Amino acid sequence: MSDPAATQPGGSAGFGPDLAEVFGPARLQPSDEDGGPDLVQLLTPEGERVRHPAFDIEFSEAELRGFYRDMVLVRRLDIEATALQRHGELGIWAQLLGQEAAQIGAGRALRPHDFVFPTYREHGVAWCRGLDPLKLLGLFRGVDHGNWDPAEYGFGLYTIVIGAQTLHATGYAMGMQRDGVVGTGDPDRDAAVLAHFGDGASSQGDVNESFIFAASYNAPVVFFCQNNQWAISEPIERQSRIPLYQRALGFGFPGVRVDGNDVLATYAVTRAALQRARDGQGPTFVEAYTYRMGAHTTTDDPTRYRLSADVEHWKLKDPIARLEVYLKRNGLAEEAFFSDLAAEADELGHTLREGCKAMPDPQPLDIFDRVYADTPEELAAQRDGFAAYLASFEGAH
Amino acid sequence: MTERTVQKVTLAKGLNLGLRKAMEADDKVLLMGEDVGKLGGVFRITDGLQKDFGEDRVIDSPLAESGIVGTAVGLAMRGYRPVVEIQFDGFVYPAYDQIVCQVAKIHFRSQGRVKMPMVIRIPFGGGIGAVEHHSESPEAQFAHTPGLKVVACSNPVDGYWMIQQAIAHDDPVIFLEPKRQYHADKADLDEAATPGPLFASRVVRQGSDATVLAYGPTVKTCLRAAEAAAGEGRSLEVIDLRTLSPLDMAPVLDSVRRTGRAVVVHEAHANLGMGAELAARITEECFYSLEAPVLRVGGFDTPYPASRLEEEWLPDIDRVLDAVDRSLGF
Repeated sequence: MSDPAATQPGGSAGFGPDLAEVFGPARLQPSDEDGGPDLVQLLTPEGERVRHPAFDIEFSEAELRGFYRDMVLVRRLDIEATALQRHGELGIWAQLLGQEAAQIGAGRALRPHDFVFPTYREHGVAWCRGLDPLKLLGLFRGVDHGNWDPAEYGFGLYTIVIGAQTLHATGYAMGMQRDGVVGTGDPDRDAAVLAHFGDGASSQGDVNESFIFAASYNAPVVFFCQNNQWAISEPIERQSRIPLYQRALGFGFPGVRVDGNDVLATYAVTRAALQRARDGQGPTFVEAYTYRMGAHTTTDDPTRYRLSADVEHWKLKDPIARLEVYLKRNGLAEEAFFSDLAAEADELGHTLREGCKAMPDPQPLDIFDRVYADTPEELAAQRDGFAAYLASFEGAH
Repeated sequence: MTERTVQKVTLAKGLNLGLRKAMEADDKVLLMGEDVGKLGGVFRITDGLQKDFGEDRVIDSPLAESGIVGTAVGLAMRGYRPVVEIQFDGFVYPAYDQIVCQVAKIHFRSQGRVKMPMVIRIPFGGGIGAVEHHSESPEAQFAHTPGLKVVACSNPVDGYWMIQQAIAHDDPVIFLEPKRQYHADKADLDEAATPGPLFASRVVRQGSDATVLAYGPTVKTCLRAAEAAAGEGRSLEVIDLRTLSPLDMAPVLDSVRRTGRAVVVHEAHANLGMGAELAARITEECFYSLEAPVLRVGGFDTPYPASRLEEEWLPDIDRVLDAVDRSLGF
């Protein structure tokens, strides 16, 4: 047998001393404890306001209190919904605990004409779009698949298939381009799309295809990835060997990593990225670096796969606590603000509990009429047959 | 003076003219797909349309089927009516999730608030001597999916009208085109005529001894078989189903009640194919009229073979006549 290498062009002389040196390192880490040197931050975990050369903006006291109020109420919404699941009122709930800043920062950066494509965890963004939080519960209670009009709120229905909505977002943004609402310079006209997904979804083909389409057509879409470090039980290292925001470069558009537990920074970065899209400069990837403090959903048990020490570490970076420290230390909110807000949160909790239990069950015959815009005769016949079958039980015991 | 509107066209030309007409009628109609622009598609169905309607309406897409269908969903949500070309039947599977989980379900999910007026054109079927994945018949997979409508054209005139009707329809339509027929036969197209409804089957040859059900590429095969059978004194009724979901059973049942016999012919694998559903429905609806079990002629339950074997694999005139003989033998 001859040496196969010897018959190759170049002979059997080998490749030199070290191919690792020729090609460079194979593996980098996707994350480190602090988010790395490129992390955009305006408010530290300790509540210190820090400056950023590119993304810094000034916030009024009212705006700061507004962010705080949003986060407190959305956390309450999440806690109530989790409790409602424990009481059997919801079948399941996807918790956002710990991701309040990422969602409120992104949600408040939107303008009315923008459009959002959420995952199933974007309760905070829904809040910012003015959606009645009770509407979010229907899907998890099992009375509907999402009971709001996307066009009314500029907020799509929750999408369960991981990453599928990023393509819808890109297509919607392509539609905006064709409608002439991108890059006109008219702030009342120009619009953009905000596409949500997570670190797990970054492995999906659809997400990668959406990057390619958005780049190819220069579509006005902001890809907003909440990297909460966990895709159910799988850590970010299973999805990516490089920081996610660095992937954007390979697709031909910029990527930014922002402290997703810092509502000010998330707002500032998302606002800038959305404006860039509205201006016709194309897509941006925003990686909101955060942590899923709760379980994936109420059916999950994170104690099986992650260390409580990690959770304790991230507790110190809590998005609400840091803004509270900042507000109090700088005298930006009276005591009455906090007590009023606590009462408002209690009222929200009450409304959610009562509203959830009062939600009517769907009617079995309705499902037949919602499949098509134009219901075929054979399906109408199936509905009628089922109606007759149901009616045959009336009066029976 | 009457303007002469009748012209002889192939299926490819009929579809091309129909697409043009639909784009003229509604500026929300967009064409998307791989190579649909300058090239006019690998089968030239979109020939000349990008030149006349521009790159914003005839969109050459990146080579990613899920991406094409998924972005079409977003465009439809924005009020557009995307017409997506899947280059070949066997390449639809990367888009399968978007079609089955999104396109088919968004109207239902949104309780009718979000319509999905999308047409997904798929050249389907074999007989062109192609390599693997270029000759398949995936229609049953889509007909099995609630939320989709599935139609198949079989001739140039239907191609012209059905594509326009599918585009104007508010539900998503999987539009199957028998690629073998694209450039085969010409027919007289009268653009001033009034077309029949989209979701309707049609008796294309009347007969009294047995009913033969076909769609897409097998319509021609079955018409030829009926011609041959007539020479032997057997009268076959041939129905072009045209719509696979919903099925238009009325003309089928009417025919079978008269003939007492039914043979379903499609290129797709017989196992769990359209023939199985048709056999079940015919049996349920006209059991006492049947003189024989409903028989199926289809592709064998193997993957599509290398093209040197495709004429053996595909249903042909003799296999149709063989099934008719078996039906009449009961």
